[in-house]
Formats: sequence, C-alpha cells, structure tokens
Amino acid sequence: MVRTLLVRGLLLGLLAGLVAGVFAFAVGEPRVDDAIALENATAAAHEHGHGAAAHEHEHGEEEVSRGTQKAGLFLATGLYGLAVGGVFALVFAGLRGRVGPRSDGGLALAAAGTGFAAVILVPFLKYPANPPAVGDPETINSRTVLYLAMIGVGLLSAAIAVTTARSVPGGPWARWPAAVLAFIVPVTVASLLLPAVDEVPDGFPATLLWQFRIISLGTQLVFWASFGTLFGWFCERAERPARAPVPA
Amino acid sequence: MSTLSARHIPLPRLIPWLLAVPALLLIGYLVLMDNGAVSQTGGYLHELMHDGRHLLGVPCH
Repeated sequence: MVRTLLVRGLLLGLLAGLVAGVFAFAVGEPRVDDAIALENATAAAHEHGHGAAAHEHEHGEEEVSRGTQKAGLFLATGLYGLAVGGVFALVFAGLRGRVGPRSDGGLALAAAGTGFAAVILVPFLKYPANPPAVGDPETINSRTVLYLAMIGVGLLSAAIAVTTARSVPGGPWARWPAAVLAFIVPVTVASLLLPAVDEVPDGFPATLLWQFRIISLGTQLVFWASFGTLFGWFCERAERPARAPVPA
Repeated sequence: MSTLSARHIPLPRLIPWLLAVPALLLIGYLVLMDNGAVSQTGGYLHELMHDGRHLLGVPCH
C-alpha cells in the first residue's frame, strides 16, 4: 500500500514537474533572458576596460551555456517534482483515514492545495522569487535560511489550522473561518517579525520584476495543481472495483 | 469528527518507508540549494539548475 503510493507519488511528481517545466520554459525563459541581458549590460558598463569576461563571475565563468541551462530547467523541475511527489505520497499515506476528506481524490486535492499554500505561497509572499540580476550573492546564505524559515512557518501554520478546524464545534461555517484565521494569524506575525529582504538594484524594471515573480508563482501553481489532480485521479482509479468491464 | 477510519494505514507499516524522506530531501537540496559544498561539483550543479531555481522561486544567488 505505502509502496504503491510512494511509486505513484514519485512518477506523477516527475511528470507534473516536467509539465511545470514546459510552462516555465515557454513563459518564463524569455523573462530570464531579459534579466540576464540587463545584468550583463550593467556589469559591462562597470567593468569597462577590465577584461570582457570579468563580469561573468556570478554565472560561474559561463561554465554552463545558456542553452544547457535551459535544458537544465527541465532536469531541475523534473527532479523537484520527483522529490516533492515522494514526500507528498508519504504524508498522504499518514493522513489517509486520519485527517481530511474521506475519499482519496478529495484528500489528494486538499493536501496539494494546503501544501501549495504552506510551502510555496507563504514563503513567496514574504520572500518573493527573484530573476537573475536581483539579489546580492553575499547574502545568499541568510536569504536561504530565511526562506526555509518561512516554509517552516507555513507548515506549522497549516498544522495549527487543521488542529483548530478539528476542535471547533459547529458546522463548516464555524470551522472554515476558524481554520483560515488560525492559518493567517501566525503567518502574519512571523512575516512581521522576520527581517525584510530588499536587494532589487536601482533602475531594475518594475514590470519585468513583477512578470518574473508572477510566472515563478505560476510555475509552482502548475506543478501543485497538476500533481494534486493526477495523484487524486490515479488513487481513485486504483480504488475502482476490478470487476468493472474493461473494453478490450 | 472521528479521528481514525478503517482506511488508515497502521504506523508500523508506514514508519519504515519514512527512511526515504532524507533521500528525497537530499534530491530537493541538490536541485534547489546546493552551491558546491555538498555535491562537490563546484558550481556546476548550481549552474545547470540555475533557471529552474529562479523559476521555482528559491533564492539562487
């Protein structure tokens, strides 16, 4: 049972990751190219006369070409999907019959929606995605720690919300607002307490920054929505009685 | 609201599978956050996953 769920999560996660990769490639790559062009133009202006390649340090002396990086996008989203799908399947196995909707399809969608909100949306709202050229390489470690902290906040808040919903008496009109409140309050408090990150260079186009961030959130939405739907659908399909006539 | 239905998977059958979690998190780390320290590939893995990191929304550099 657990093995079946895990294999299902890994394979469908890989598939959903590749679907998200297609979205990111088609919609996101043009904006990444725009940002890199700006980065190189700015760096070239600064490094004028100090050797043409001096500004490439941030991209590892170009040891990987842009074309390879675009292929690497699919490797990254695919492996990301595989890892998330595997962890999701094990969490799903733990929740099944204990917490959440009774049907596998309902639980898959509810868990994927909650996962997206807790692990993606919460960190994104505090520390939104940045295109190349935005962000100081010197602060990468502290920014990564803060980002992980917000994932922790999101997961903890989701757990508080679920616990609250289960302990509040009354129907859905009492439980849902209580759950939403129990999610939003800790997220808001943590966002106010954690330090802000403001490393957008002067003159970086606001429209490009906005477009990139929305596309980044969209890439994650494509992944979580397609994964949750696929996982739920395959679970429901596997549950169907085998006696049903199968057209040859 | 009942807490346990007949559909639940007993913990003794679930727990051994949790050994997969560290391996899965390591894959996630290598894809999203490695800067050469763990993978020992210098910046290669970072550069290969570069566009994915930016578009998946994690801090890249």
